[in-house]
Formats: sequence, C-alpha cells, structure tokens
Amino acid sequence: MSTLFNIAIDGLAYGMVLFVVAVGMSVTLGLMRFVNLSHGAFAMVGGYCAAYLTRDAQWSFWLATPVALLVTGLLGAVLEALVLKHLYRRKELEQVLFTIGLSFVLIATTNAIAGPQVQLIKLPEFLSGSVDLGIRTLPAQRLLVIGAGLLVAAACTWTISHTRFGVWLRAAVDHSSTASTLGIPIRLVQCASFAAGAALAGLGGILGAELMPLEPYYAIKYLVLVLVVVAVGGMGSVPGTMAAAVLLGLIETASKYLASDWGSLFFFLAMACLLAWRPQGLFKR
Amino acid sequence: MNAMNDIGAVQTILPKAPKCVSAWRSAAMVLAIGAAACFSMPEQLGLLTRIFVTALLVLSLDLVVGVAGLATLGHAAMFGVGAYAAGNFALHVAPDPLVGLAIGMVAGGVLALVSGLFLLRYQGFTFLMLTVAVSQIMLSLAQKARDWTGGDDGLSGFMNSPLLGRFAFDLEGKVAAGYSLIVLVVLFYVARRLVDSPFGLAVRGVHENRARMAALGTPVFRRLLAVYTAAGLLAGAAGALSAQTNAVVGLDSLSFALSAEILVMLVLGGAGNLNGALLGAAIFTMLHHTASSINPYHWLFVVGFLLMAVVLISPAKALALLRRRLGGVQ
Repeated sequence: MSTLFNIAIDGLAYGMVLFVVAVGMSVTLGLMRFVNLSHGAFAMVGGYCAAYLTRDAQWSFWLATPVALLVTGLLGAVLEALVLKHLYRRKELEQVLFTIGLSFVLIATTNAIAGPQVQLIKLPEFLSGSVDLGIRTLPAQRLLVIGAGLLVAAACTWTISHTRFGVWLRAAVDHSSTASTLGIPIRLVQCASFAAGAALAGLGGILGAELMPLEPYYAIKYLVLVLVVVAVGGMGSVPGTMAAAVLLGLIETASKYLASDWGSLFFFLAMACLLAWRPQGLFKR
Repeated sequence: MNAMNDIGAVQTILPKAPKCVSAWRSAAMVLAIGAAACFSMPEQLGLLTRIFVTALLVLSLDLVVGVAGLATLGHAAMFGVGAYAAGNFALHVAPDPLVGLAIGMVAGGVLALVSGLFLLRYQGFTFLMLTVAVSQIMLSLAQKARDWTGGDDGLSGFMNSPLLGRFAFDLEGKVAAGYSLIVLVVLFYVARRLVDSPFGLAVRGVHENRARMAALGTPVFRRLLAVYTAAGLLAGAAGALSAQTNAVVGLDSLSFALSAEILVMLVLGGAGNLNGALLGAAIFTMLHHTASSINPYHWLFVVGFLLMAVVLISPAKALALLRRRLGGVQ
C-alpha cells in the first residue's frame, strides 16, 4: 500500500516535471513547425543558473528561480531572433541537426564554466523537509513540483484560450500568412512563445533537479524523454502533453520501483503502443 | 532501308536512359583509397578499421535517410543486434568470421523486417519517434538479457578463427583492416547497384512524392520495407564487423547517441548519393579521434559548431559557390 502511494506521488511529480519541460517544446513544434532539440539544453541552463545563484551567490531559492527563468527566457529570445528564425522554413532534418549542434555547444559551454560535477540547487528549509498530511508524510519538494505543474498547465491553457496573445498564437498556428495580413505581429508572437517555452524548460530543469540530476550530459540524456512526451501528447496540445507526461511518468516510476532491472523497457513499450494507437497525439483523431 | 532510317530517327528523338557511372568504378576507387591509407599509415590501422566499419554503417543509414527519405534516430538497433548476434555465434557455435558476418547480417535484416512492418505504417515525426522507441526497447532488452549480452560489462571472450582458414587475425590489425575494407567495398558495390536499379529509382520516387508513386502503381509499403530490410542487412554486417575487429560488444552499440552520431556523419558528407556517407564517416571519425584525444568537451564544441555550420552553409551550396568563384559553369 505504501509502495503504491509512493509510486503515485513520485510518478505524479515526475510527470509534472516532464510536462513543464515538454510543454514549451510542444508549443514550438505545433506553432512554428520547428523541431527544437536544444530544448533540453534550455532546461539545463535554467537548472545550472539556479544552482549557481543559490549555492555560490547565496541567493534565496525564491529570488534565484525567477532570475534563472528570466536568463533562460532571454537566451531563448536572443537565439530565436538572431539565428533560429532563419531555420523555420528549412527541412526538419536540418532543424534537427542545427539544434543538436546548438545543444552540444551549450553543453560544452556550461561545462567549461561549471565543471563536470553534478549541480545541486539549495532549497529553503521547509522545502527540503517533509509535510505531514495526517495519513502520511510527504517530501515537501514533491508537493511543490506537483503544485507548480498544475499552475503551469492552468496558466498555459488560460493564456491560449482567454488572452489576446492566445488569440494571436492560435491565428498564427492556423494560418500564419493570413494572420500576418490581418495585422498580427507574427514575429513578436513567435519570438515571445519561443522565449516562454525556453523559460518553462528552465523551470522544469529547476523543479526536476532532484529527479533528473543536473549533470554534464543532461541536455541529451533527458531529451529523448521530452521528445516522447511531446510525440505521445500531440504537438501543440497542452492537455495532451499533460496527460502523456503524467501517464508516462507514472509508468516509468512504477517500473523503477517494481521492475528496475528491465530499465526503461515499459516506458518505451507504452510509448510505442500509444503512438501506434494515436499517431497524432492522445486527444487528436 | 527506309525502316532502318526511321528507327535511327526515333532513337535520336527519344530521351536516353539516365546515365549512371558504372558501379564498379566508385567501389574500385574506395578500395584504392582505403588500401593506400592502410599502406601509408600502418601505425593507424585501428583507426582505419573503425573508419571502414563506421562507413558501412553510415552507408546503410543513407539507404534509409538519403534514398528512401525516412528520417530515423534508431538505426543503431540493427547495428547492435548484428554485433551481439555475431559475438554470440563466435562464442557459442563457431569462430569462423565469414559465417559470423552472415549471421550478423541476417540478425540485422530480420530486425529491420520485423520492426519495419510496424514502423513503416507511420510517417514523419511519428516514424522518427517510433524508431527511437524500437532502439530503446532493444537497449532495455540487452540490459536485461545478461546471459547473452554481458549487460553493462559487455560481451567479450570470443575469438575469430583465421579468415578463409589462412589469414589469422594479428595483433597489429593488418588482417582486421583488410577484411573490413574488403567487406565495405563489396557491400558498397552492392548498395550502389541496388540504388541504380529500377527498384532504387522507385524508392527515390517514393522519397520525392509518395502519393504520385502510389498512383503510378508502385507498391509503396513493400518498396520501403525492402529498402529498410536491405539497410538492416548492411547495418547488421557493420555490427558483426565491429564485434569481430574489436573482440568486444558494449551496450553503447545500441545507444541513442550512436544513432544520432551516424546521422550527423551522413549529413556532413551529404545524404542520398552513397559516396557522401563514406566521406562523412571518414571525416567525422578522424575529427573525433583528434579532438577527443585533446579534451572531451573540446570535442563537443567542435562537433557542435560543425553541425551548425553544415546547416547554415550546406556542403552542396559551398561547393557551388567555390565552383563559381573558380570560374566554372553554374
């Protein structure tokens, strides 16, 4: 019983981390048809920034996190405005290669600066402890992750469906040249969504630092997981990404608890089955 | 007399069949360059053997990506399965390298056939992700089946009997280098014949326009399955060669990193014309060898910038620019 409970909590937290990292990539893929494999590198940059600020600069976690997100978002915006916008019309394979190259350079740069050891983010006192819920005690960090994941999901859904920016975004997805003719600033929308996606990846990197340790090859190691979530959830679909992330997070955690010697077999089997069943994404027919 | 004139006239009007350079010429060229490299750098035979094996693997990837136009990130699955099959055959049945090579090929081909039956129903991004899933499933199975793969320690302890009963594998790696070069040349010739055949043209047609080829009556799925299986055979051969020349098979032969790396090599050399695959493999492996001996992160810088440069200034465009600068015809 307690194993089941642990699986549920850890799986849910893991799924939320996957969701937060993947949602930006899903939107970029759906909106601009841009295959951004450097997304994992943005998560790494966010995590490393937060680790540096909390540990070496001794900032509080609550101050370091927004600053790290801002840095990651700015990096995303600058890269998009300078280089990546030229690649939107290129073939998928070229986008894949360019962004893999970009992640290699980002990996090499972060490691040249920070060194090869695993980076730890210093959490405030009450987050590193545990919370008593009456029936059971839970690590507080897990609760933060789950809460933040839900908040991000709500904020994304609300932005896309209820704000002017969301209207522009959807118009750009449906038909970018018509949207541009109607006076919607397509470039601004693209740049801002890219930056937001990068910042969300950074948030995922910070929140997930306990479940996915910040190590030199982080960007490549977890890239596959993020890609799987995006593919299963369906490009550009926030609820689909959420469902896929939680489902796959639960499966991966359960197989780690119950059948650890099988590695990631069940994760990828589940992915193959889900993709074969709904190639366009969980909630699309 | 009149009729003969007519035939002559018709022959001049009809467009001629596309001219291909004879397949043996480029194969002979590869043999000559490879042999020259072996004789001029006898102390680098290990590196050269690795280049030959990698070139064969990238060649097989070119059949899938360059010719058939199916972007895949799971090609290492066939390579790894071929390697483990050849290693296990040498360990448990017989140490003959040529039979082992055939076993590796069959293993790679069977995996490609079986997974192709499932994978080729999908296209684009879904296909790409499903190839990742297949190779990761094979990796997890290899981690689990310790008796057959040795798990994280790798499969080792197998020996090769002398090639054709005469040439024993020596410590310097002369026989290993010659053996892998000859296998590469033979399979390169086969691949070139395959690509220039009517079958290869049909596959190219599917790459260009799937719907039109289907409308013309080409059985698209069967053609793609055949070319995927052929690529699996070649990848299995590369795996078997790698197992035999290194005398060890590790889990990294099934890894995502290998799949991504060979894709990089292919694009670096130019996809779709087979020669580029060999060139890309040679350049990449040599760069890797030099840069990673200095510093592993240094290597990431080099390959990262190289990749971005290749996309921004593609080799084909750079060549065209160079030609124009040198005063050639456009």
